[in-house]
Amino acid sequence: MGGKLFAVILVVIALASAVPIVSHTFMGANVSLPEDISTHGHDIDKQLDETMIEAGLSFLAAQLVLAFFVFQSGGRNGVLKNFPGGAKYLVVAAVLLVGAEAIALGAMGTKAWGKVYFEPASADALPIQAQAGQFAFYFRYAGPDGKFGVLHPEKIDEGNSNFFGLDPENDIPARDDITSAELVIPANKEVHLMLHAKDVGHSFYVRELRIQQDFVPGLDLSLHFTATKVGKYEIVCTQLCGLGHYNMKAYLNVMSQDDFDKWLKAQSN
Amino acid sequence: MSEASAHVVHHGPPTSFIRKHVFSLDHKVIGKQYYALALVAVVTGMVLSWLMRIHLIAPNWPIPGLQWLSKVGAPGGVMTPEYYLSLMTMHGTLMVFFVLTNAPFAAFGNYFLPIQIGAEDMAFPRFNMMSFWTTFIAFCILVAAFFVPDGPPLAGWTAYAPLSAVGKDAGPGEGLGQTLWGLSIFVFCIASLLGSLNFIATTLDLRTKGMTLARMPIVSWAWFITSCIALLAFAVLLPACLLLILDRIGGTSFFIPSGLNISDHLQPHQGGSPLLWQHLFWFFGHPEVYIAILPAIGIVSHILINSMRKPMLSHKTIIYCMMGIGFLSYMVWGHHMFLSGMNPFSALVFSFPTLMITIPATIMTLIWLGSLYGSNLRINTASLFCLGFISMFVSGGVSGFFLAQPSIDIYLHATYFVVGHFHMVMGVAAIFGVFAGTYFWFPKMTGRMMSERLGRLHFWLTFIGTYCIFMPFHYLGLAGNVRRYSAFTDDFLVPLIPVHKFITYSALFTGAVQLVFIFNLIYSHFKGAIAPANPWEATSLEWSTPSSPPPFDNFGGKHPVVYHDPYQYGVKSSTGDYLMQDSPERAGETP
Repeated sequence: MGGKLFAVILVVIALASAVPIVSHTFMGANVSLPEDISTHGHDIDKQLDETMIEAGLSFLAAQLVLAFFVFQSGGRNGVLKNFPGGAKYLVVAAVLLVGAEAIALGAMGTKAWGKVYFEPASADALPIQAQAGQFAFYFRYAGPDGKFGVLHPEKIDEGNSNFFGLDPENDIPARDDITSAELVIPANKEVHLMLHAKDVGHSFYVRELRIQQDFVPGLDLSLHFTATKVGKYEIVCTQLCGLGHYNMKAYLNVMSQDDFDKWLKAQSN
Repeated sequence: MSEASAHVVHHGPPTSFIRKHVFSLDHKVIGKQYYALALVAVVTGMVLSWLMRIHLIAPNWPIPGLQWLSKVGAPGGVMTPEYYLSLMTMHGTLMVFFVLTNAPFAAFGNYFLPIQIGAEDMAFPRFNMMSFWTTFIAFCILVAAFFVPDGPPLAGWTAYAPLSAVGKDAGPGEGLGQTLWGLSIFVFCIASLLGSLNFIATTLDLRTKGMTLARMPIVSWAWFITSCIALLAFAVLLPACLLLILDRIGGTSFFIPSGLNISDHLQPHQGGSPLLWQHLFWFFGHPEVYIAILPAIGIVSHILINSMRKPMLSHKTIIYCMMGIGFLSYMVWGHHMFLSGMNPFSALVFSFPTLMITIPATIMTLIWLGSLYGSNLRINTASLFCLGFISMFVSGGVSGFFLAQPSIDIYLHATYFVVGHFHMVMGVAAIFGVFAGTYFWFPKMTGRMMSERLGRLHFWLTFIGTYCIFMPFHYLGLAGNVRRYSAFTDDFLVPLIPVHKFITYSALFTGAVQLVFIFNLIYSHFKGAIAPANPWEATSLEWSTPSSPPPFDNFGGKHPVVYHDPYQYGVKSSTGDYLMQDSPERAGETP
C-alpha cells in the first residue's frame, strides 16, 4: 500500500515539475528567460535548451522508473527477480550514455563560453570603465581625448562626485573623463567593459545580455559584448557585498548610435 | 591490519554520571551527543530559514518577538537588510557544518562504525571525546556571534574576502561577529580532523576476526571514505581560517589587495588576493558536499538492501563509485569560481571532471533502481525515506548538469537555481538519509521502536513539502532571480513574488511537520514499544549485540567472528530469508 502510494505521488511530482521543462523544451528559452539582447546570448540559450532536454529526460525517466519499480515490487510472496543482465550492463550504459552526453555538452558549451571569454574585444570596441563599490555602480567614458585618467583610491570623495578618485589638477587625461551612474551604450556596437572594484567583491549581471562577471578587488577584469536592442535594462550586483547588496543596481541604457552620440556630447559639456 | 588488536580493552565501564553522560569515552554516547547537537543546530537553522522566508515576502512586517533577538537587527521586529544577511550566513554555517557534517557522518558514524566492524570502541576514545567537545565549543562560539554588539556576520557561509577580511569598515556584522565566525570554523576544523583520523584508524585497525575490508557493510565504507575526504578537506580550511583571522586582527594581508577604499577609509593592506580565499575555501567546500552526501548514500544503500530482502545488484560497485566521487571531488572546486575572474581556460578544466562526476552518480542510481526491480520491498518509514532520497538525489543531480557548464553558469550563477540545486542534493537528500537512519537505528540506540504511523505521516508531508519548496527555486533561477537579496522591490523580481509566497508557505508548513518527528523521537524514547533484538531482520553486526542499546563494550565481553559478506539476504537459513554476518551457519539455496 505504502509503496503504491509512493509511486503515485512521485509520478504526480515528476509530471508537475516537468511542465516548465517541457514548455522550455518545446517553446524555447524565452518562455522562462527574459529576451536575449546580445550577439553571443544565442549560443548560451541554445546550450541551455540542449541541457534542458537531456537533463529533463533523465529526470523524468529516473523518477518514473523509480515509481514503476516501487509500484511493482510489493507483494511478491517471497519470489525475487534480478534485473536482467545484472549490474554490468547498467554500468556500461551509464558510462557510455552519460559519458557521451557529458563530453558532447562540454564540447558544445566551449564555443559559447569562448565567445565571451576567449576572443579579445575588437580594437574599435567602445571602452568604458565600470566601478563597483558599496552599493552603487559608476561608469566612466574616456572623453574626447580617448584616454582614461589614472585612479587614485585615496582621492575618492563621493561628496564631491569624485567617485573614481581622479586627480584632474595634475592628471590631464582625467580632465575630460565622463562619469555616469547609468551605463549608456550604443546598440549594435561592441563595448569593452573594464571592471574595477573599489572596496569589496561585487558582480555585474544583466539577464538580457546573458552576461555575468565578478568584480574582484585588486584584479581589473574586462568583458566585451554587443547589445542589439534599444531599451533600458537592469544591472544588478550578484556577489554578496554587504548590507545594501539587495539594492545595488544600475540601469543599462541601450540607445541608437545617434542618440548615444548626442548623450555623450551633452555629458562632455 | 591486525585483527587481534580488536581484543584490546579500551576502558572500563563508566561509573559517575559525568563520565557516563557528559565527558563520556563511549563512542555510542558521543554519537548521541553529536546527534543531539545536530538536532539543536538544525532546529535553529530551520527557524532562521523561516524568518528569512517570511521577510522575503513581507519585508516590512514586524515579526513578533524578533526584536528580543536583536534590537539593532530587528527594531520593533522588522528585520533590517543586514540582519537578513546575518541570519542567512548563520543558517548556512549551522546547516553545513553542524548539521550536514555532524549528523550523517559524526553522529551515526560514531555510534555504528565500531559496532559494525565488531570493535569495542573507537581507536582513540579520548580523542573522540575531545572531537565532540571541541565541536561543541565551535558551536558555542558561532552562536555567541548572535549576541555581539554589531550583530552576527553577514558575509555568507562562504565568507568571501575582502568583505569578510577587512573588519568593521565593511559594515555592520563585519566586526567581532565575523571574527567569531572564523574562530568557530577554525575550531570546528580541529574537531573534524581529530574525528576523521579516529575513524580511519578505527576502520583499519579494529576490525574483528573475519571482518575483512570487503566484508564491511556499505555504510561503514561510506564513513571510511568520508573520513579520508574530511581529513584532506578540513586540513585546508583550517589554515585558511587562520589566515582570515590574521587578516582581521593581526594586520596581515593574505586576502586583501592594496588600494581598497572602504567606507571612505583607504585600507592599510597590500599584496593579498581575494581569489586565494576562494581557492582555499572551495578546495574544502566542494569535498564538503560529499562529506555530507556520502554517508547518506551509505545509510540509504544499507537500509534499502535490508528492505528489499535481496543483495544490491553490486554493492561493491557502489563502494567504487563512492571512492571515485571522493577522488573527483578534489578536482572540481573551480566550478564554484567560473565567473570569479580566474583564467577562463581553467573553467573548462574544472568543468570536465564536474561533468564526469555524473558518471559514478548515475551508476549508483541505476544500481539502486535495478536492485528495486523484482525485489520484495518492505515499506516502512525508513525505506520510504530511502526511496525519497533516491528521488531527491536524482532531482538535485540533474540540475548539477546545468551548473557544471561554464557557458550556462554565466546566466545561472548566483541565482536561485543554484540554491535549489544544492538544497536538494546536499541538504534535503542528506537529511533524508539522516531520517532513514534514525527510523532504522532508533530501536538499537534506545531499545524502543519509533511510532510507524507518525513516521509515515512525517515522511509523506516532508516529501511533498520539500518538493514544493525546492523545485520552484529552479524556475526562479531560470527567470534570473538573484540570490542573497533581502527584498525584491520595484524591479524585475517583483513579478516573481507569488512564487516566493508559495515557497514561504511550503517552508512554514514543512518546517512545522518536523514537530511530528521531534515528538515521535521524544515520545518513542520513553513510551515506544519495546524493540525486538533484530526488528528489521538485518544481517550486520549492530544487530548482534547482546542488548539494545548495546553494553558499554558493545558485545558484552565477547568478540564476534564474521563469516559472511554483509548482505546475505534472499537465502535459506534457520533464521528465515537472511543470515547474520556472525552466524557460522552456511546459507542454503534461495527459497
